[in-house]
Amino acid sequence: MKTPKTRERVVITGMGIVCPLGNSVEAMWQAILAGRSGVGRTTIFDASTFPTTFDAEVKGYNLADSVSDCRRHTACNRGAGFAVGAAAQACRQAGIDIQTTEPRDGIQRARMGIYLGAGEGSLDYDAFFGCIIAGWNAQEQRMAWDRLNASAAKHLNAAHELEQEPNMAVAHIAALTGARGPARSCLTACAASTQAVGEAMMMIRWGRADVVIAGGAHSMIHPLGITGFNRLTALSTRNDSPQTASRPFCVSRDGFVIGEGAAIVVLESLSSAQRRGAGILAEVVGYGASSDAFRITDMHESGRGPVQAMRAAMADAGLTTRDIDYINAHGTSTQENDSIETLAIKTVFGERAKQVPASSVKSMLGHLIGAAGAAELITCILAIRDNIVPPTINLVDPDPKLDLDYVPNTARRMPVNVVMNESFGFGGQNNVVILRRL
Amino acid sequence: MESARVVVTGLGAVSPLGLSVEQMWAGLCEGRCGIARIKAFDPAGLPCELAGEVPEYRIQDYVPKTHRKATKLMCRDIELAVIAAREAVAGSGLVTKGIDPEHVTVEPTRVGINVGAGMISCDMVELAPAVAASAADGRFDIRTWGKQGLELITPLWLLKYLPNMLACHIGIIHDIQGPSNTITCAEAAAHLAIGEAAQVVARGDADVVLTGAGETKIDPLLLIRQHLLHRATTARTDKPDTACRPFDADAQGSVFGEGAGIIVLENLEHARRRGARILAELVGIGQSHSIGPVYERLELDGKGLQIAIENAMEDAGVGPEELDLVIPHGTGVPRDDLAEATAIAAALGPAVRKVPVWPTKSMLSTTGAASGALDVVAAVRAMAQGIIPAARNFTRPAEGCRLNIATESRAAGIRHAMCCSYTHGGQTAALVFRRFDEGGGTT
Repeated sequence: MKTPKTRERVVITGMGIVCPLGNSVEAMWQAILAGRSGVGRTTIFDASTFPTTFDAEVKGYNLADSVSDCRRHTACNRGAGFAVGAAAQACRQAGIDIQTTEPRDGIQRARMGIYLGAGEGSLDYDAFFGCIIAGWNAQEQRMAWDRLNASAAKHLNAAHELEQEPNMAVAHIAALTGARGPARSCLTACAASTQAVGEAMMMIRWGRADVVIAGGAHSMIHPLGITGFNRLTALSTRNDSPQTASRPFCVSRDGFVIGEGAAIVVLESLSSAQRRGAGILAEVVGYGASSDAFRITDMHESGRGPVQAMRAAMADAGLTTRDIDYINAHGTSTQENDSIETLAIKTVFGERAKQVPASSVKSMLGHLIGAAGAAELITCILAIRDNIVPPTINLVDPDPKLDLDYVPNTARRMPVNVVMNESFGFGGQNNVVILRRL
Repeated sequence: MESARVVVTGLGAVSPLGLSVEQMWAGLCEGRCGIARIKAFDPAGLPCELAGEVPEYRIQDYVPKTHRKATKLMCRDIELAVIAAREAVAGSGLVTKGIDPEHVTVEPTRVGINVGAGMISCDMVELAPAVAASAADGRFDIRTWGKQGLELITPLWLLKYLPNMLACHIGIIHDIQGPSNTITCAEAAAHLAIGEAAQVVARGDADVVLTGAGETKIDPLLLIRQHLLHRATTARTDKPDTACRPFDADAQGSVFGEGAGIIVLENLEHARRRGARILAELVGIGQSHSIGPVYERLELDGKGLQIAIENAMEDAGVGPEELDLVIPHGTGVPRDDLAEATAIAAALGPAVRKVPVWPTKSMLSTTGAASGALDVVAAVRAMAQGIIPAARNFTRPAEGCRLNIATESRAAGIRHAMCCSYTHGGQTAALVFRRFDEGGGTT
């Protein structure tokens, strides 16, 4: 395997987002600075009898607003459709030509990669449940497979079936941009898009691409997704007050609020960005990954996995805890995460832990699952750009055992040069990315 | 920048040809076919009633006592990967917690995992009572589901079907605390995962990474999906062992199956220090994307795959004439096979007439994400044995296919072997392995 002589520095030259707080970066940022919640009643399907009747949905999204020719993308699953729009925004900011076979942006397509943390699309539930009903022999409690097979062959639609696959968001971005470099998608639950950005950075640092369109896209707001999380009792059931339900670090937190969306950044080698004269938003200086290897259902109580990932990211960046100005916490609003994450930050930062603001934008955005890490990364870029750290809203009754500076309820103006973004996935994948002002 | 050399020190495979690498390799050498009528459920009503099924096993026999309860949370994809991982680790000589908790020889934080996984289909029999309880007049009623059906779903149900759970179970069993990733690019996933795992080792983020993939396609919904996409054959179903015919003039589609392949990738110096048996070196990685007019098929000229192959050779520093074996993706879907043959021919140039090409899916079936991993295991075994087995079900090349597909098994000194893959959607990948001889390093 070839190794480059020098280490490429990696910068961010574009960003785009479709999320519950708006369908552009500036719309989302204004909402966050105002401390607004993106949560409301579930409208995507009838969840009125579910244990949880609310979520954080993307609203008023129209792909045609960001892409002039939508023909390649009409059958997209919900998450992939968000991804195309977010990618188009990011490319526009980075000066990357889209929807053309003759790009003039100075980037070789063979050197342009794609890396997403992307989720599966929603099943065609009417057809899927219909097939099961057609096949199930209730008297004998067994499946009549011939009836199920016949029903499925009749009711399922080829395009819909294909577009459910988690790699399709990458496929659509390839069609949009013409990218021919290394391309893949990963799905490490709630850590996926932080991992995607970290690994994409490594692709550039190690000379395997000059540009990588990276980020995440996901919507698990569908009947089986919500069923699964409800059965795990992972979701808040504060049905009488949806907008205050996502309350990371509160004593009364009772689970996360599921969201959806896509967030895309353009990562680029510093030399490529300088050659093209692209505007540079931030540098990606560190990436660390680890796993808990503990239980399928729980995080290790010591927080050893997150600790290891934070330390690895700082070592990779050549930085120490003294250099970190702000932590964008995973902060899901579950009892377990917020306690263990707090402990992990204290373990890593020691006496400095209480001096480093650590907020959770999930209090406003909800939890975008596969897309969460990348969406939160964009808030980190903006924190550096504007020297403002986003708040943790709904911090009305702080957990007395959790005593870090979570930036309660209002955004804070302060110098922000180096930011740590953390994401921890169900099953124990921990990923941390560090950004720095260039 | 300094980067480590990356070698293969362990292999594990669960396939329609058996529950171990040796069973698979023996089957491939004999030209045995693992495809038969589906036994997992009654396939009556499916356009194709065939599949490549893994022989029976008891998952409890393959996990440590401490993990037996957790087997309840394993779907079949997870089980297959766990079995293959056990064989790979045991064969590597590394002692993890899962092999012998009293005599662990690895530092858990320096071991990583990177697994390719498919979109796992939930078990419809498991869901059926809840769905049936939510039906009114034969139609599903979501409000009844929310009130009653949902309560019938077992609390940890979701955790059985998240794709990252293959890596999580293996990680817990073997106490893997380094980087963990799950690549979800369908049939290209294994090669993409292995490539990324090699990078993790090369850049020093782990000394050892377990990598590969596992998937089952033997599920009514997944099989019907393949039919809807015109990928599954409906021909020759009365003769299952002749149904899947990669690159053959009579090919009419693929047959789907299940399996898992896991390999141990290791930093060369780490492997040397512990006196490991080194099976091969991973020397070249190439990846790209197909950009065709539709997503469900490879673009006609195979350009995205050609770029991946060229990049892998360039990365390895080898020319086409130095390749001694190519294991293609070769599914038996005529249009895709032709595009792949075109890509390989374009990348290899005049050498395409000489380089032996050995498709395996006529025997192993198309096992989704697992297929690329099984091919890597086969390539490393072929290299070690110095044998290229015969291609099965290849009697007459499909029109336009100029590949040198061997119809007879032969002894061959294999110094460089390449595997390549692509998937619907368009991700492509190729890997080049080099034979490793002790003493002289990589020969």
